[in-house]
Amino acid sequence: MDWGALHTILGGVNKHSTSIGKIWLTVLFIFRIMILVVAAERVWGDEQDDFVCNTLQPGCRNVCYDHFFPISHIRLWALQLIFVSTPALLVAMHVAYRRHEKKRQFRKGDQKCEFKDIEEIRKQRFRIEGSLWWTYTSSIFFRLIFEAVFMYAFYFMYDGFRMPRLMKCNAWPCPNTVDCFVSRPTEKTVFTIFMIAVSSICILLNVAELCYLLTKFFLRRSRKVGNSKQQPNHENKEETKQNEMNELISDSCQNTVIGFSS
Amino acid sequence: MSWAFLRDLLSGVNKYSTGIGRIWVAVVFMFRLLVYVAAAENIWKHEHDEFECNVKQPGCENVCFDHFFPVSHIRLWALQLIMVSTPSLLVVFHVAYRENRERHNQKLYKTPGKIDGGLLCTYLISLILKTGLEIVFLVLFYKLYNGFKIPHLVKCDIKPCPNTVDCYISKPTEKMIFLYFLVATSCLCIVLNLSELSYLIFKYSVKCYLKRHVKKQQ
Repeated sequence: MDWGALHTILGGVNKHSTSIGKIWLTVLFIFRIMILVVAAERVWGDEQDDFVCNTLQPGCRNVCYDHFFPISHIRLWALQLIFVSTPALLVAMHVAYRRHEKKRQFRKGDQKCEFKDIEEIRKQRFRIEGSLWWTYTSSIFFRLIFEAVFMYAFYFMYDGFRMPRLMKCNAWPCPNTVDCFVSRPTEKTVFTIFMIAVSSICILLNVAELCYLLTKFFLRRSRKVGNSKQQPNHENKEETKQNEMNELISDSCQNTVIGFSS
Repeated sequence: MSWAFLRDLLSGVNKYSTGIGRIWVAVVFMFRLLVYVAAAENIWKHEHDEFECNVKQPGCENVCFDHFFPVSHIRLWALQLIMVSTPSLLVVFHVAYRENRERHNQKLYKTPGKIDGGLLCTYLISLILKTGLEIVFLVLFYKLYNGFKIPHLVKCDIKPCPNTVDCYISKPTEKMIFLYFLVATSCLCIVLNLSELSYLIFKYSVKCYLKRHVKKQQ
């Protein structure tokens, strides 16, 4: 079980996503998960071993490391990626449920079912409308919330996105104040900024996808309303024409009557 | 043999589960297995090397580490994951048994994978076992480590340590965060199992009652 398994699970969702969704998934796997596994994990691999404090006092290093890094960057990113990928499972479950219903219909021999065999049902791509639209939109919404929460947690915990070279520690049992040096601070800063930048891109993609889906929804709605209004308007026009004609006829009748009487 | 084996096993179980069962499988995959492999395993990787005691006496660190961590958190976590996923195999075996019977005799079942009759009992037993094992492991964690807290410092006075010695645990805050995460996901899985249990019991008792009612009317 590893990131590859996540790729298999989310790959299935890709078929039913919008184009922006597909781009988001690609960015997630190439620029975030792959970078995390291939590069970032190596940079943070020796973080505690090479965290050196200017003291021989046993235990001081452990305590200072724990004080400055309550949860390591790399673990926070892993959690962020897991949480951000999870809403897509909602869509996968909804699609699986719909497929299951269609298979049931097909097995019952329902004439409404337009498929010829089960393979077609398995390969079918569902359009994002109806209840699937709501599931998809809420999954994007949750993704946005998770991304924002983790970015804020990151900023809050580490006072910005820079990794300092030197930290001053005076937690017990360190005697007085002690200088502690972080390993590879510049490389870590570079990767941190990179991951934050890609997170922001993902947030923008999610916002764009949300706007696209909402626009599509409102356009479809207005088209439906427009279609349903056209027919009564047409009828009203005919009615008014008929009314005018009736008035004309009655006027001319009256005129004729008046004309006769006079 | 690795976690991929467990993943394939659970994917097989997914076919014969109810909707809540599928949510349970998804929670186990995403929030427990994946978090374990991708994040938690690395935190506890060098726990023994990074366990430091304020003494130069050889053997003291080893003895103290062994005293305070009889079974490491991460090993208990792995055992819990394996034990909790295994009862689902009962269902897989039962369905395989049904299919085997059908192969030798004529068609006995409408669908061998449908949860009714004997398979329902097996499914309920697997749910009860899963819930029981989750609770056992949570209690074990609580009893072994005096709650779900990990202290910065432990005081050790076991031979050969001279007098009382301060020993410092590495990354206690990060370990505690992941421990709480483990407890939260365990509790979530317990809730899912209990709701699936009540849903199945309710569904089949209503079905039973309606069948009897129809029979009486006839």
